[in-house]
Amino acid sequence: MTETQNSPNSYRSQPDDRGHFGDFGGRYVAETLMPLVLDLEKHYKAAKIDPEFKAEFDDLLEHYVGRPSPLYYAERLTEDVRNNAPEGKGAEIWFKRDELNHTGAHKINNCIGQILLAKRMGKTRIIAETGAGQHGVATATVCARFGLPCVIYMGARDMERQQPNVFRMKLLGAEVIGVESGARTLKDAMNEALRDWVANVHDTFYIIGTAAGPHPYPELVRDFQSVIGREARAQMMGRTGRLPDLLVAAIGGGSNAIGLFHPFLDDADVAMLGIEAAGEGLKKKHAASLAGGEPGILHGNKTYLLQDEDGQIDEAHSISAGLDYPGIGPEHSWLSDIGRVEYDSCTDEDALAAFQQLCRTEGIIPALEPSHAISAVVKRAAQMDRGQIILANLCGRGDKDIFTVADALGVEM
Amino acid sequence: MTRLSNSFPPDRASLVAFITAGDGDTAANLDALVEGGADIIELGMPFTDPMADGPVIQLANLRSLSAGTTTADIFAIAKDFRARHPNVPLILMGYANPMVRRGAQWFTGACTDAGVDGIICVDIPAEEDDVLGPALREADIANVRLATPTTDAERLPAVLQGATGFLYYVSVAGVTGKQQAAQASIEGAVAALKSQTDLPIAVGFGIRTPDQAAAVAKTADGVVVGSAIVEIIAEHGGNAAPHVRDYVKSLSSAIHDARK
Repeated sequence: MTETQNSPNSYRSQPDDRGHFGDFGGRYVAETLMPLVLDLEKHYKAAKIDPEFKAEFDDLLEHYVGRPSPLYYAERLTEDVRNNAPEGKGAEIWFKRDELNHTGAHKINNCIGQILLAKRMGKTRIIAETGAGQHGVATATVCARFGLPCVIYMGARDMERQQPNVFRMKLLGAEVIGVESGARTLKDAMNEALRDWVANVHDTFYIIGTAAGPHPYPELVRDFQSVIGREARAQMMGRTGRLPDLLVAAIGGGSNAIGLFHPFLDDADVAMLGIEAAGEGLKKKHAASLAGGEPGILHGNKTYLLQDEDGQIDEAHSISAGLDYPGIGPEHSWLSDIGRVEYDSCTDEDALAAFQQLCRTEGIIPALEPSHAISAVVKRAAQMDRGQIILANLCGRGDKDIFTVADALGVEM
Repeated sequence: MTRLSNSFPPDRASLVAFITAGDGDTAANLDALVEGGADIIELGMPFTDPMADGPVIQLANLRSLSAGTTTADIFAIAKDFRARHPNVPLILMGYANPMVRRGAQWFTGACTDAGVDGIICVDIPAEEDDVLGPALREADIANVRLATPTTDAERLPAVLQGATGFLYYVSVAGVTGKQQAAQASIEGAVAALKSQTDLPIAVGFGIRTPDQAAAVAKTADGVVVGSAIVEIIAEHGGNAAPHVRDYVKSLSSAIHDARK
């Protein structure tokens, strides 16, 4: 878990005791769920300071997930950037290899933490929502590992474009329920998971996949994912004797990004860049809540949302199912408003180009989600000095995306 | 708020009837609710993401939004209703985001202008009600809070703090629609709530037949029916009004006579 600093000048002391990150976050849920989220908060507070909970979490991360994940210097990608950069420019590009985790993405870190909480609370049934299917696979995996029944809600459109992950979840024993409402993507899956939870409050634990939702979810997901940033910080110090100049991560809800950023937030010399999905472009269909949204209330928290003037939620669009969500975790909304983290966006087209560039230069097939971050990394590296260091989170591998990419590139498989 | 308090007479229970604004011929359906004997009208504000609603009301939300219903349209419907029915209380039920989009003050101002007597906001619990709650109080608009089977004795005082108009007891842990609670559990819950508040208690979720409504009306001050009415609108579209009126009449008669 994190050793959260409580200094008033720290960026790491959020949220407050009601779950607010500045003006964002909170617990905007129906009354039926309110006692449950209060109970979850109580149990999480106790678990956080329980050495046995930490020991079990750490043990599973090491021996089941395969942590620590490597820190990798992407030498050929760096060279590729330098070949096209002005003299003296071209920062070193390093990746935190969370795509090498068991199940192929960072999502498993959080699922291990939450299923240990569920067990501690005596819950006997697990539900989750999933977009790209990575969180669904990770949830189904930990449910199999702990012998708990598992129901995954997934937008019907996402099921079509992520069929390998649907099959994986089924192999792992999960029931996958396709959601036909709305745009049939992640937002609609989350609505349906909340409806299930409200009807099964007595025995069910809802494993939320990103650092969003009602308090304490944004905090606990961040804490479980912060293993990424803690490891990366120590590894970077060990390998280079210094901290990176810039951190970069892709953002849908923002769990991999907050996991990387949070342990560095009080390092004043470390700049941070979160990359939202600009889809077909910010003037067309996209999923960039900070760039194109305004504060509002959805799925239990106040945060930046894509919405119309009446507060109706807009459909998001991204080639990456994992980023296809019209909101963002509340801590990112706060970090954006106070200016600690810079946020930018990347289109489907640029993400596809970065996807191919990493395949060819490093022999790594990234997921479409981190491909958005890689696109930004390549652009920023070309503007930064050669002595500088960029560290990006390679939060998932791309096996699941090859059909989508083939389709986008016009290749018949 | 006087309209609302006058609608809970001591000797009989009241019918609270729900429809979604902009789904079908809303003005005609509202008139049909009144003609059918509904005592309080609950007008749903459609939302793209109705997390607490079952399929019936979800679809009503989608039909309304697909037809282009805006917040301005909803307040126009309410204002016209107030002109036609000066004495029938009208409350707006919905989700936080459409309510607070232009600010709580804007929303309560629009409610006052349209003659809205109260609101039910599904996803602003007492703990987060420090903006909308005070604005409603200042505008003398009822802030109808929800209590549920999971609201325990420890938590109830927080829910009641700032609750006005009446208390809505959601009798099942679940979404709106077909499932119904056991009569004994409703009686126990209403008695427990009445020991803690003087507010009228209205009970809803899963009530569809006159017999069910009458049973609840023996103990509760109000009986809320929503999905069953919305189903009639879904079936009959723009010509639902006479069907709505007849069905609501069967409910209101059963409710009003339940204690005779």
